[in-house]
Amino acid sequence: MSAEVVIEAQHLARHFGDLVAVRDVSLSVRRGEIFGVLGPNGAGKSTTIRMLCGILDPTSGGARVVGFDVRQQPEEVKRRIGYVTQRFSLYEDLTVRENMEFFAGIYGVPRRERRARIEGRLERAGLMPRQKQLAANLSGGWQRRLALACSTIHEPPLLFLDEPTAGVDPVSRREFWDQIHRISSEGTTVLVTTHYMDEAERCHRLAFIFKGEVLDVGSPSEIVARRALRIAELHVPAESRRAAELLRERSEVDEVAPFGAVLRVATLGGGDPVALCREVLAGAGIALERAEEARPTVEDAFVSMVRSEGAS
Amino acid sequence: MNRFLAIALKELRQLRRDRLTLAMMAMLPVVQLLLFGYAINSDVRHVPTVVWDQDHSAASREIVQTLEATGFYDIEGRVFGYPEIERGMRSGRARVALVVPPGYEASLAAQRPSTLQLVVDGTDPQIVASALNTVSSLVALRSAAIADARLGSAPPIRLEPTIWYNPDQRTAVFIVPGLIGVILTMTMVMLTAMAIVRERERGTLEALIVSPVRSIELMLGKILPYVAIGYVQVTLILGVGRVVFDVPFVGSVGLLYLLTFLFIAANLALGLVFSTLARTQQQAMQMSFFFLLPNILLSGFAFPFEGMPEAAQWLAQALPLTHFLRIVRGVALKGSTLSDLMPELYWLGGILCVFVGLASLRFRKKLG
Ligand SMILES: Nc1ncnc2c1ncn2[C@@H]1O[C@H](COP(=O)(O)OP(=O)(O)OP(=O)(O)O)[C@@H](O)[C@H]1O
Ligand SMILES: [Mg+2]
Repeated sequence: MSAEVVIEAQHLARHFGDLVAVRDVSLSVRRGEIFGVLGPNGAGKSTTIRMLCGILDPTSGGARVVGFDVRQQPEEVKRRIGYVTQRFSLYEDLTVRENMEFFAGIYGVPRRERRARIEGRLERAGLMPRQKQLAANLSGGWQRRLALACSTIHEPPLLFLDEPTAGVDPVSRREFWDQIHRISSEGTTVLVTTHYMDEAERCHRLAFIFKGEVLDVGSPSEIVARRALRIAELHVPAESRRAAELLRERSEVDEVAPFGAVLRVATLGGGDPVALCREVLAGAGIALERAEEARPTVEDAFVSMVRSEGAS
Repeated sequence: MNRFLAIALKELRQLRRDRLTLAMMAMLPVVQLLLFGYAINSDVRHVPTVVWDQDHSAASREIVQTLEATGFYDIEGRVFGYPEIERGMRSGRARVALVVPPGYEASLAAQRPSTLQLVVDGTDPQIVASALNTVSSLVALRSAAIADARLGSAPPIRLEPTIWYNPDQRTAVFIVPGLIGVILTMTMVMLTAMAIVRERERGTLEALIVSPVRSIELMLGKILPYVAIGYVQVTLILGVGRVVFDVPFVGSVGLLYLLTFLFIAANLALGLVFSTLARTQQQAMQMSFFFLLPNILLSGFAFPFEGMPEAAQWLAQALPLTHFLRIVRGVALKGSTLSDLMPELYWLGGILCVFVGLASLRFRKKLG
């Protein structure tokens, strides 16, 4: 294993009774990366993270995280990671500062450094004016920032973030991601799960997990390129429902989704999507005001992948 | 060490904000103490009594008066016949009836034996026992006096009962020290079990077990604040018991506090075991109450240990409360010393080891 690999998971699987939460996940995350994990609800993202943190034993398979085996030496792993859980997991009946003090204490931040470290984190997260507020009274966005500040108090080389921005407004999400990039630029490796595609595009590399299996791994552009999708955006003034139905009947068409007045048509097979749409609509006598080709996004790739897997 | 203190400090800070729990922990001992001390009083007195006097003589009036003078019997009235006695018992107007036969005085005068009848409502065995007890000693005394007068000499055997340690036989003296054990069992087990299950419910346990905190640090940090609370409760009960119920404390307070540590620790460890089994705080609370019940029934708190069948006695030996009751009653009421209490010490120590062992076996820093 190269020193540059921080997470090396091999055929991780976890069953809960009859339920297979994670079937077969192999991943390799390099130092300094922001590694995104995408997948629909129940795909097994959180379960995978818990196994990588050493708090849930895999049913089979194994992983080395920050150089230690998660089964054999979970405590060594725990010392060197930070983990922001999917559910807000701070003490709502403690103040912002008390929460920070608690995490500094249990992560063994030396007493001499503690004060300066906590103040630095509060400052950076913009939580200084709120340090005496109970965590319960913070808004969702601030709670997330506090969780991030607490879980990095011991300056871990690896950080797990499980849907850190779920339910947070777009401005706060931007600010949160600025923080993630800042942490990453300081040398911390970050593994983050998300359902937001704009966030996925801000990762260095992505893994798609579906039904407990990895469908694809790569940079956002690689993943999009591998799907070989071509997209047409159509402005159909009337009968857009009938237009969508007709387009869906074509085998090349992977997905048709209305976005306000625009129909977004994803096609597979590499043919010109605009020409295809013009032909279909002209044949049915539906007026087409404007049509242009658009760049496929991670979301297009994600939806297409999940659909084809779901159908097979 | 630092990590363990961080957890204890956090627990204290949370407790400080949880006014309701704090108030409950202080109120519970006091309210229970007053309830048990005043209301649940097994010194039976003022039992409603009716008299069917078929003799109407000076001797029959005298026996009724002596009866009433004990304070045990309240003479509610006179009745005439068994049907009336039965109605009185069914309606609860009478629990005891004294029947004086016709010719009672004449028999006494003629130096013939005479029979008084005492009819007792047997639904409450405690009343039966007390009623029979009072009346037979009364009658024995009267008989002896009559015999003495006839023979003109003292009876050959005289029994002089001497009661040590609780000479007035007050229930409060017996109950209050025992209550320390019951309240500690109730609060210590429940509080620790809930303190951990609460973290599981709120999702904070995941953040705890993903930290490098060791299980032992987590367990100790969690229970340390509750040890302190336990001692506050002990002090509160002893103090209120002293002031309100005049319960004596003849032994060494230091010894009691020392031995109490084993008892508190055993209960806290059991609370930890429960916390690994319960999914919700409600379940944790139910388990604690379920555990409390045999403690109250079998430990000797409510019923005499010696009166239980052997199997129940064996079961009771496994309950920490059984041994703590002997310790606290011994030290507080009889002035027992450490060497007197060695067997209880061994038992408590053994139980503590088993609970701690169970807790550390079950308490894993893992999910699922
Ligand atoms: N402790 C558990 N016991 C039983 N089933 C579980 C447990 N944890 C997770 N599961 C199940 O395993 C599956 C995967 O769950 P997981 O939380 O890993 O999904 P996820 O990808 O994180 O989903 P989401 O996006 O909703 O967070 C789900 O069906 C879930 O119900
Ligand atoms: Mg999840």
